[in-house]
Amino acid sequence: MTDNDAVLSVRDLSVYYGEFRAIKNISLSFQANRVTALIGPSGCGKSTLLRCLNRMNDLVPQARVEGEVVYSQQDIYDPQIDPAQVRLHIGMVFQKPNPFPKSIFDNVAFGLKINGLTNNIDEAVEKSLRSAALWDEVKDRLNENAMTLSGGQQQRLCIARTLAVEPEIILMDEPASALDPIGTLAIESLMRDLTEKYTIVVVTHNMQQAARVSDETAFLMMDEDRAGYLVESGKTDNIFQNPKDERTEAYITGRFG
Amino acid sequence: MARSPRAEFDAELTGLQNEVLVLGSMVEKAIAKSIEALRTRNLDDSREVVAEDDLIDDKRHEIEDKCIALIARQQPMATDLRQIVAFLHIAVDLERMGDYAEGIGKIGLLMGEQPPLKPLIDIPRMCEMANDMLRRSLDGLVKRDVVIANQVLKDDDEVDALYDQVYRELVLLMVQDPKTIERATFLLWAAHDLERVADRAENIAEQVIYLVSGREPR
Repeated sequence: MTDNDAVLSVRDLSVYYGEFRAIKNISLSFQANRVTALIGPSGCGKSTLLRCLNRMNDLVPQARVEGEVVYSQQDIYDPQIDPAQVRLHIGMVFQKPNPFPKSIFDNVAFGLKINGLTNNIDEAVEKSLRSAALWDEVKDRLNENAMTLSGGQQQRLCIARTLAVEPEIILMDEPASALDPIGTLAIESLMRDLTEKYTIVVVTHNMQQAARVSDETAFLMMDEDRAGYLVESGKTDNIFQNPKDERTEAYITGRFG
Repeated sequence: MARSPRAEFDAELTGLQNEVLVLGSMVEKAIAKSIEALRTRNLDDSREVVAEDDLIDDKRHEIEDKCIALIARQQPMATDLRQIVAFLHIAVDLERMGDYAEGIGKIGLLMGEQPPLKPLIDIPRMCEMANDMLRRSLDGLVKRDVVIANQVLKDDDEVDALYDQVYRELVLLMVQDPKTIERATFLLWAAHDLERVADRAENIAEQVIYLVSGREPR
């Protein structure tokens, strides 16, 4: 991965929770309009790394970040940067669908309203729901409570909610792990479609999912001091067919982890 | 105690490789037997080689079925994936080599009771060289050894050179005495089949290189 096409770059990143170092010295670039999968055994720091990419770790008490996360030529950890602004550009979708107990419409409109983007709100909601491949299923029931949707629909609603504020990058933390195979397929096809306009970084435990949806893959592991580090990254085809590092090979073939 | 799924998978991969080696040995015997039957004009043996090709075909399909089942159940990655892909290719190559042996068996039957054209020397030598390439390509597979595989690729030139020599010699015979044309043509086919056997051994060596390095040679 060259830094040239990178829309987001992590440079020598370490994250501490109090005394404990959760990840250490990770440098990695994310290319525009690509899906990058972060894989690795539990506890290797994938989700920590993902949450650093839009300052979600700010919400964790005692979390401390060293190194840089560069977006638009700026370190997002620069003290002058407003984390809320960062999250407008770099959105996140979580493992469990977490719609608000509000109407379908209000869920999607939420980000727009709190950011004062209330022009053409109907249009923006429809566009987001279409982009999230949910519009046809919900267009006649926009005022129903979002909790009436199936798990897969709820997750696509959360994606629509993220898309509504038109971010450039979408972070996804195990977005399909709580879904059945049909819901999973819908999310995976959606991820492929979204790369036309967005850059996606996805954490997944599902090796086949990483192989199916991503263009680039980064493999992380936990060191003896329990800090996560980057073992290898590169094109997904290379990582899954012919990894360079024995540790990657052992992990993806199920010999450990 | 029940084995872990990973240990089970490893055992299945090892079992699959053993099947490939069994197929390899069936094919090697068939090729040697077909040429020996041609050399000694043993029609019974020629007939047997032709009949036994069905066993080779069956074995190939058995290996293919197992490879496909493993892909479906295990969704293999990395070396696991490359092994299964290599086994699939190698099984096809071996089965085709078996067809060449069958072809030589049929040539033996076509020659029938006709007097020998000449004592066969270079063709059995070609056979020995091609079979040696086959053995070593499978040795490279077992040892996951790219050096052995690369040597097999180089040795193909020698078989080609010997084939050219046999070709020129047989054409010369035909030019000198048209009565030899039919028998010389049969021998030419046999030599050509052996040249193809060596090419297939080369394919197997290429699969070994792919398995080990993840890259096709050249």
